Amino acid sequence: MIQFKTLLLKGYSYAMTVGWGRILHVDLSSGKHRFEDIDPDVSRLWIGGKGLAGYYLLPEITRSPDDPALPLIFMAGPLTGTPAPASGRICVMSKSPLTGAIGDCSVGGGFGWQLKKAGIDGIVITGVSRRLCGIEISDENVSIEDAGRLEGTGTNEIYSRLKDKGSVACIGPAAEHGVLFSSIMVDGTFAAGRGGLGLVSASKNLKYVTVHGTGVVPVHDQEKLRKAGEDIRRLIAATPALTGEHGLQNCGTAACYDLISCRRMMPTANFRKTFFPPAQSMNSHAFADAYRPKRYGCKACHVLCKRVGEDGTHLPEFETMSHFSALIENENLSAVTEANRICNEAGMDTISAGATLACFSEISGEKLTPARITELLLDIAAGKGEGSELGQGSLRFAESKGCSDLSMSVKGMELPGYDPRGAYGMALGYVTSTRGACHLRAYPISHEILRKPVATDRFSFAGKARIVKIAEDMNAVIDSLTVCKFFLFGCSLEEYSSVLSAVTGTETSAQDLLAAGERIYFRERVMNAKCGFTSDDDDLPPRFFAEEGSSGDGIDIPPLNREDFLEARSKYYRIRGLDGKGIPLENFAEELGLSELL
Amino acid sequence: MKKLLEKYSAKMVSAGLAESGNPLLGGLDAELEWNREDPAIPVLEEVFGGLSINSLLFSLPAEPYRSIIDYLASGDVHSIKPEDSETRTFMHDLPVIRDFRSDLIIEKLRKRKSVIIRGKGIVTWGTVSPEQAFIFYSSVCFSCFVKFFSDYLRDSRRGSLSREQERVFRNALKNLDKYPDEPPALMSAPFGNREDVYRAVAQAGRMTVEHRLVDSFFGNVSLKWGDTLFISQTTSSLDELEGCIDPCPLDGSACTSITASSEFSAHMDILRLTGMKAILHGHPRFSVIMSMDCEKENCEFRGSCHIRCPEPRFIGDIPVVPGEVGTGPYGLSNTLPPAMRNSRGVIVRGHGLFTVSGEDFNGAFRNLLSIERMCREEYFKLPERI
Repeated sequence: MIQFKTLLLKGYSYAMTVGWGRILHVDLSSGKHRFEDIDPDVSRLWIGGKGLAGYYLLPEITRSPDDPALPLIFMAGPLTGTPAPASGRICVMSKSPLTGAIGDCSVGGGFGWQLKKAGIDGIVITGVSRRLCGIEISDENVSIEDAGRLEGTGTNEIYSRLKDKGSVACIGPAAEHGVLFSSIMVDGTFAAGRGGLGLVSASKNLKYVTVHGTGVVPVHDQEKLRKAGEDIRRLIAATPALTGEHGLQNCGTAACYDLISCRRMMPTANFRKTFFPPAQSMNSHAFADAYRPKRYGCKACHVLCKRVGEDGTHLPEFETMSHFSALIENENLSAVTEANRICNEAGMDTISAGATLACFSEISGEKLTPARITELLLDIAAGKGEGSELGQGSLRFAESKGCSDLSMSVKGMELPGYDPRGAYGMALGYVTSTRGACHLRAYPISHEILRKPVATDRFSFAGKARIVKIAEDMNAVIDSLTVCKFFLFGCSLEEYSSVLSAVTGTETSAQDLLAAGERIYFRERVMNAKCGFTSDDDDLPPRFFAEEGSSGDGIDIPPLNREDFLEARSKYYRIRGLDGKGIPLENFAEELGLSELL
Repeated sequence: MKKLLEKYSAKMVSAGLAESGNPLLGGLDAELEWNREDPAIPVLEEVFGGLSINSLLFSLPAEPYRSIIDYLASGDVHSIKPEDSETRTFMHDLPVIRDFRSDLIIEKLRKRKSVIIRGKGIVTWGTVSPEQAFIFYSSVCFSCFVKFFSDYLRDSRRGSLSREQERVFRNALKNLDKYPDEPPALMSAPFGNREDVYRAVAQAGRMTVEHRLVDSFFGNVSLKWGDTLFISQTTSSLDELEGCIDPCPLDGSACTSITASSEFSAHMDILRLTGMKAILHGHPRFSVIMSMDCEKENCEFRGSCHIRCPEPRFIGDIPVVPGEVGTGPYGLSNTLPPAMRNSRGVIVRGHGLFTVSGEDFNGAFRNLLSIERMCREEYFKLPERI
């Protein structure tokens, strides 16, 4: 492992005892496992979750996604398992088979919670099992079990069969059939969706991991944690996007659907348009009328943004709603829920699946009916017919047809439900994201659309380079604490640093955490550079610079100005410590105490 | 960036928060820009270097804030802890240092949104826009004003006023805003089309700011027209509501209110319960100060009276209710609407004043002004009585 003597000698003030300090290593080739006590200096530097997972991925990042030595990592955060608000998530990380870049997802459900109660902060899985297998963890006990009976089984069915063993993370048939955007599903409905991490699991012949813990996660100062938690809950109650009448608490993430539609930035017809007239009859209200849903959510969260209908139908998230309606020009509500069901059951990322169908529809000229949507998704999951081609994602599919420009992707990962012509910070954030077109790395929608913490001009690149960089650092911290990003609509690292201090007993501040976030994100640029990524990969499809969106209602959606975009990207590179080709600069790495990484 | 820096500098002056030529604002994208030259810039550049931020504000407050803040920050004070809703919810506390040194400023701003440098001014920051720095600066001024006048009342009652406290109080009186004898004439109902409704909402917001009936530029405004509630957006500046008003269907059939004011639910319930159509909400200072005044020093709810006070309380005919911002279990959305049923206005303790009227904003504005005037008069009667 890389030593960080330089950094430690610089005397960073950020120091704490993070989690249990215990990592479970499982080698599926030998069938053996061991526990590692993490060097406290390492956990102090990288916090947990995404930060600590990257520490284990870095030395192996240049390996192929199907190389047995490439680790698949599940990493909880220092707050997971405590009553800290919205802290029940976990980071899943490996190299993305879809992009060839770093691939990580923050996922909800109960997996991180159970893992911490079992006395474990993270799992690093390497090797390949000779037969399809599962890893079962119950406190100290770890076993590798034959999973042959589950071959080809859907994720919800697996969850039903295994939930008595604790929380369940598993892959569906899509991963077994080589789909490059296959997901890992947690507890039936929570998706580590993006980047194809399910395929990494499949390449290890790993069908599932279950974990059950009975311990109590220690908290240094319960009273301080209670007070810090109160501060956060007070701010959340004052945030309409979360707890307002039409916020996430009452309407789920579907609440964003109307807003994105009326801002004329809803990706429509494979991003040829930005407005979908039937959207007003396919919104949260329409789904609520049709399914009469109840709310549920992750551990330690009181917002509970997920929805399940009276009949047990799990309702789609905003991105899924948007892509399986507007993006593929589908006006049928039940076709959206069915597409969502198929993707979750098969273990496929709904964003990439929807965008790949949209790409297929544009290239083939075929209008997709509800029946055809179902047929194609089932074929992708089964790896048969046209589905086997589409399962490679939109970029490879479009390339195979000689029209790669029609894949609406960055680094090979498909764009989600916010058209970049409607939010310029989002345009920049899509390309600077280390995992491909991701809205969550910088989440400019927060200020460009949701007006949090304050509103910025969504049709301007002015100031956006630094805003994006700071937000990436902040969200890297949030994913390392494994807290829900939505809570940042209402509060900030100021409040979460108090929570962290209460849990660990070591004082820290928002700015200490941001400094850690900067190191974490810079390291991801280092990993991508090692994999050959340059500024050529930090770019949007040509459509966004050439074609206008659907203007109307007094809102103009012109094409992005290429010069302004490139200038903003260039500023971002300077602020992030990258050269003109997007490669990390040695002197900047040294400033961060990370020169050993290069 | 330069335009934004100049915009918020001008707003500080027009809101009476700083004297002309005093606000110094810096904005950082790839390069650092300032709204003007100043000898303080080298120190503030070091502050930029020590924090991950994109904007910084440094200014000496205008009177009466300057004397008030200097008084509150005097002696051994390391932190000021106002109890108004704004501070409690967003700022937590207000750190104080003595020297204008980058290391000291950085140390405090690593944890908090502002730092008061005794006798020299206030420094605040933003990570997204200079607007954040402006809001934090404004909140410091507002909450210190409220704390000073609240403390004065308490100490009068205790008989423990100091000479310095008296001196600052008398000085502050000279600098209080004057309210107009009559409210301005606002657009009258009936409104013929949506454009008129948007204009009426924007006008009401602008007038509320111009008459200094809000904490800097924040509050919220709504008007029911047909089957839609037109309401100001969250974090919108009441003097710039054009383009920042959300039309929200009353039947809940669209989620456009996701960006509406955090008080959207309270506005909706007020409409349902009162049958009124226009709602104004501001933070007039003496309404807030009077709402926090309580003689029961040893009350079991002291410290949590903003959410738990069980006493029915009034200032004149105006009810004062507990409640926090938003919709939580202690949210004002639970306490405010029922209290508004039979009243022209309601004060939420430590937060602000809500007023209503039937068809347009004329009545609501008149109520806002007259209730604040009444609270101010009541305030100055109290020390005399004591």
